[in-house]
Amino acid sequence: MSKKTVLEVNDLSTHYMTSKGDVRGLDDASFEIKRGEALGLAGESGCGKSTLAFSLLKMVQPPGKIVKGTIDLDGIEVTKLTEKQARKKIRWNKISMVFQGAMDILTPVYTVGQQMKEPLKYHKGIEGKEAREICVEYLDLVDLDAELFDRYPHELSGGQKQRVIIATALLMEPDVVILDEPTTALDVVVEARIMNDLKRLKKELDNSSIFITHDLSILAEVSDKLAIMYAGWIIEIGSALDIYHDPKHPYTEKLMAAIPTLHEDIDRLEYIPGAPPDLIRPPSGCRFHPRCHKAFDKCREEVPADRMVDGVRVKCHLYPED
Amino acid sequence: MAETILKARNLTKHFDITQSFFNLLLRKQKMIVRAVDGIDFEINRKQSFALVGESGCGKTTVGKLIMKSLELTDGKLVMEGKDITEINDTAKLKAYRRVTQMIYQDPFSSLDPRFKVFDIVQEPLLIHDIGGSIEERRELVKRALEEVRLVPPEEFIDRYPHMISGGQRQRVAIARALILKPDFIVADEPVSMLDVSVRAEILNLMKDLIEKENLTYLYITHDISTTRFFSDDIGVMYLGDLVEKGKVGDVLDTPLHPYTQALVTAVPEPKPERVGRIKEIPIKGEVPSGTNVPEGCRFHPRCPYAKKVCKNKQPPEKYPYDDGHAAKCHFAGQIEYDKEQYIE
Repeated sequence: MSKKTVLEVNDLSTHYMTSKGDVRGLDDASFEIKRGEALGLAGESGCGKSTLAFSLLKMVQPPGKIVKGTIDLDGIEVTKLTEKQARKKIRWNKISMVFQGAMDILTPVYTVGQQMKEPLKYHKGIEGKEAREICVEYLDLVDLDAELFDRYPHELSGGQKQRVIIATALLMEPDVVILDEPTTALDVVVEARIMNDLKRLKKELDNSSIFITHDLSILAEVSDKLAIMYAGWIIEIGSALDIYHDPKHPYTEKLMAAIPTLHEDIDRLEYIPGAPPDLIRPPSGCRFHPRCHKAFDKCREEVPADRMVDGVRVKCHLYPED
Repeated sequence: MAETILKARNLTKHFDITQSFFNLLLRKQKMIVRAVDGIDFEINRKQSFALVGESGCGKTTVGKLIMKSLELTDGKLVMEGKDITEINDTAKLKAYRRVTQMIYQDPFSSLDPRFKVFDIVQEPLLIHDIGGSIEERRELVKRALEEVRLVPPEEFIDRYPHMISGGQRQRVAIARALILKPDFIVADEPVSMLDVSVRAEILNLMKDLIEKENLTYLYITHDISTTRFFSDDIGVMYLGDLVEKGKVGDVLDTPLHPYTQALVTAVPEPKPERVGRIKEIPIKGEVPSGTNVPEGCRFHPRCPYAKKVCKNKQPPEKYPYDDGHAAKCHFAGQIEYDKEQYIE
């Protein structure tokens, strides 16, 4: 049985219009997510991961702007929405986000409960005892005690705050939850527990999620599908299993090899020499060619088109075009 | 046989946090944070010793004690055969810090934004009166930059920190630590702010420097997955105590202490075939506060194997395999460890 597609993105480009020129933060991103599917989004800092996430929420701040493409979120065309409509129709209702460094976004002067209830009141007009019940139910989902509802954020540990944020993001039962580096600032034991919770939630709620991180080890634990980004492009996307076992793009290959292993002795870690390009003036042809160990003449001249290789979509001249 | 360069015996640092006048008037009971609570370890020359643990376990305090930027509460530190516990006059400290250098976590705040790379890297030379003329110092700085592969050095020497990338900044910080030709470097989370690929590059570089510059590292990190590659020995800290130590391979493959077992299990591994499976993390609750260290074994309230003896008696260091692999646990060597801890 094939599941319903909840999010379909086509040729999405978001640029930042700065005084020095347009920063091409995201270019021609296309992908889809089905119900219950988790997409892992990986890449170095500045590769456009967060820009993509903000675009999906129609929350790109000026000077940033969606310049091209479509986002079909369960029948709603997100790019066409005004700010007011976006707030009313999609944010937290259909798509929610756990922001990077989310632990710090709780206001210290309100209790956890007061902050959790807000979207319920705004979107559904649910208040008082009923709102409390719903909140407590979601706190329970992320393994938190009901008494935390009346506590202030400073009384909570980092891991607890992160769980509160995740619970709040799930509160409105959105179709898609975006998690931007949800465990980065946490210790490994706490991180593993939260990852366990997220895996459980995925089974119970059958929602779709987009998991953004630079840590490919974490992504391996949760992603059904994997997208690798480089310099504003999605350069490889497909089933996580396929990409981990047989990365097609030279960048993915190197990225996978740079992960240190816990249970094997290694002499040297692989790495990619050089730094990601300036996105105001990206390199000609393939944006990765100056750092690529397999680059040839064509890579310098021609922008590679997407092509399917063994069921994985790759943006690289090494493989024949469809 | 490896030669010991640094020896710590009963290394202790307690912080008194009652110090407000108000509390003194009220004669409140003293509040002591037992940040480092009597730990022993040795570091061998030309090796890297990794100190791992969660935030607040005291690993950074150990680094600061070795740098002598904090006074020991108790215990003894011996570096290159010399007792450094008691040195506190300026001249001796200066001489000591010439051979012991530090690399910090955040290359974005450890470099002065108003200094050029040259000024940053030459500062130790000025402090220690090395290199008479500016030309001479420039030559030394260039050599240090080459050492950390910022080549050609001419291209970087006159830049400001904001003009270079995070990885390059961390190289500048390493060059600054190297320029005095130290024997010992305390590296406190040197790669935790960097991207995967840059992290790999910096760790490779730091490892090469062990042979080239006869360096020894204390590598402080929360990222256990990098220690297998970068370190020879490892120590695991919990709430101010060193609960397990040994060769990296031994400790990671057959952890003895239940805390280390949980820690190693919790590390994510890039194995997509296990996608969505729930890991068994046997330990409960959160790390207690350093002011309120549990009696007996300090890990017992969270330990799934805790017995009566754990509540009453501090565990001694045990060596169940007759090698250097030790754990402070009453049942070290008796607790089975299964690498594949998945429950669903």
